[in-house]
Amino acid sequence: MTTLSAIEFGRPAARARSLWRYWRGGLRGSEFTWALAFLVPYIGVFFAFVVYPVFYGLWMGSEPKLYTEVFSDPIYQQTVINTLVFVAFGVNLKLFFALMLSGFFMRPGWWVKGLLMIFVLPWAVPELPSFISIHWMLNGEWGLLNNALYILFGIDGPSWLNSRWLALGAAVCSHIWRWLPFWTVILLAGRMSIPQEIYDAAKVDGATGLRRFAHVTFPLLANLYLVLTLLATIFLLGNFNTVYFITGGGPANSTHLLATLGIRDAFDLANPRLGVAVVMSALPLLIPLVIILMRRLKNTEVQL
Amino acid sequence: MSTITADTRPVASASGARPAERMRRAARRWRYLTNAGAAILSVVLLVWTLAPLYNMVMVSFESEGDVFSDHLWPPKASADSFWIVLTQGYWYLEYFWHQFGNSVFIGVMVTLLVLVIGSLTTFSVGRMRIRNGWLITNAALLTYVIPASFLAIPFYLIMQHYGLQNNPWSVIAVLVTFATPYAIFIFQEYGRSIPLELDESARIDGASPVQIYFRIYLPLMAPALVAVGTYALLLAWNEYLYQFLLLSNKQSMTVPVALAQFLNSDVAPWNYMMATAIIYALPPIATYYAFRNRMSSGLTMGGVKG
Repeated sequence: MTTLSAIEFGRPAARARSLWRYWRGGLRGSEFTWALAFLVPYIGVFFAFVVYPVFYGLWMGSEPKLYTEVFSDPIYQQTVINTLVFVAFGVNLKLFFALMLSGFFMRPGWWVKGLLMIFVLPWAVPELPSFISIHWMLNGEWGLLNNALYILFGIDGPSWLNSRWLALGAAVCSHIWRWLPFWTVILLAGRMSIPQEIYDAAKVDGATGLRRFAHVTFPLLANLYLVLTLLATIFLLGNFNTVYFITGGGPANSTHLLATLGIRDAFDLANPRLGVAVVMSALPLLIPLVIILMRRLKNTEVQL
Repeated sequence: MSTITADTRPVASASGARPAERMRRAARRWRYLTNAGAAILSVVLLVWTLAPLYNMVMVSFESEGDVFSDHLWPPKASADSFWIVLTQGYWYLEYFWHQFGNSVFIGVMVTLLVLVIGSLTTFSVGRMRIRNGWLITNAALLTYVIPASFLAIPFYLIMQHYGLQNNPWSVIAVLVTFATPYAIFIFQEYGRSIPLELDESARIDGASPVQIYFRIYLPLMAPALVAVGTYALLLAWNEYLYQFLLLSNKQSMTVPVALAQFLNSDVAPWNYMMATAIIYALPPIATYYAFRNRMSSGLTMGGVKG
C-alpha cells in the first residue's frame, strides 16, 4: 500500500518533467542554447548547399516543354538503355563477386591475407589515374591488352572502345575493378561477424560446403546484401567518372549514362536546363529506391 | 568395436577397401582440388587487380618514341618522365606543384571542416540529445543518397551567382556537403559505445557543454575521427566532376583537372601523364595503408548504415 501511494504521489512531478523534456529534451536553458549552436554549421551547410541547389534544379527542370525535347532525342533513348544495362550488370556482378570473394578471403593462411592487401589497391588508388590508365590500356592499336593478347596468344584483339557494347562492357568492368574491393571488405566484415558457434552447430548437423552457404551463411547475410544492393544501385545511377574517362561517351555518343549526358547537354551544348531535365528523368527510379532504402535502414537494424 | 579400432589405428597396409581409408583419400583429394582452385583464383585476382596499375607504371617508364610500339615492357626504360614532372619541364606541367598544392589545400580543409561540423552535430544530437535531432540525421541520410553528380548543374550556376568561380572554397563547400553525412553516421554509431553517464557526471560536476565536448567527447572519439578524416581526405583526392566544373584556370585548378585536360589535348604525351598520375596516387595509397584497419572498420559501418 505504501509503495502504491508513493507512486501516486510522484506522478504529477514526473508529468511536469516530461513536459519540460518535451520542449528541451532534458536540457537546461544554457545547454539548450549550446546544443542549438552546435547544430548551426550543419544546418547552414544543408540549406545552402543541399536544399538550395535541389530547389534550384527542380525549378530549372520544371518546364514540360523540356521533357518532350529530351524524350525525342535518340541519344537520350540510347542513354536510358545504357544506364539500365550499366546499373543492372554493374551492381549485380559486383556484389555477387564480392559475396563469393569474401568467402575466399575467409580462408586461413598468410598468403590469403597478403593477397587481400594487394586486392584492395584499386580502392586506394584515386579513380582518375586508374581510369585514364585503363582507357589507354584498351586502345585498339597501342594498348597493353591487345599487345598482350598478340604477344602471348597471337590474337588480334578488337578495338575495345569503338563499338557501343564492347565500350559499355569495358566501362562496367572498369567500375567493377575499382569498387569490388570496397564491397568485398564490407561483406567480409559481415561474414566475420557471424559467430563461429553457428558454424559449429551446422557442422554437427552435417551442413558443410554449399549447403552451409545456402542454409547458414546466406540467410544471415541476406539483409545486408539487400541493403548493399539498394545502396550500390543508387550510387551507380549517378556514376559519372567511369563512363566519362573510359569511353568518353563515345563512339558517337552511344555509351553515355544519364549523369554524363546531363553534363554534356549542360556544358558542351550550353543548355543547362536540358541537362537538368536529363538528370531529373532519373527521379522516378531514384525516389522509390531512396524511400525503400530509408525504410530498410530505419526498420531493420543492420548489424555488422 | 572393430570399426572403432580401425578408425583410430593408423592404417598403413595397402588394403584400400577399408571405408575409413577411402574417406580419408577422398578428403585429401578434395583438399588438393580446393587448394588448386584457390591458387588459380589467386593468380586470376592478381592479374586482374594489377593489370591497370602495371600499365600505369609501364607507360610512365617509356621514353619518347616507345609509346607507340608493341611491347610488354619498354625496350629503353627510363625514369625521365618522373623527373620532367617533378621539375615541371613540360609546358603542360608548368604549374604542377602549384596545382598539387591546390589539391592538398582542398583535401586538408575538407577534412578539417568535415570533422568539426560532423562532430559538433553528433555531439548535439547524440550526446546532448536535443529534441527532434532525428530530423538532422534524416536530412544527412537523404544527402548521402543523393547522387552528387545530379546536383552539379544547379550547383555550378549557384556558384557563378555567388562569384565563386575559380575559388577553391566552392569545391570545399561541395565536398564538405557530401562528406559530412557520412561523418555523422560513423560518429553516431561510434558514440553509442561511449557511456552517456560520463557526460552526465561531468555535467553534475558543473562542466559546460563546450568543456564536455573538448575534454570528454573528442578524446574518446579519436579512432572514429581518424577513420572519417581518412575518408574525407580520400574523397577530396578522388573527386573530379566538381573540380572540373568549378576550377577552370591553370592557377586554381587541381591535379585531376590538369590530368584530364592533358587527356583531351591533341598531343597527349602518355608517359608524362602516367608519371603525373603515379605521383598523384602515392599520397592516398600511403594514407590508406597507414590507416587501413581503422578505415575499413569505419567504412563497413558506414557502408551499411547508409
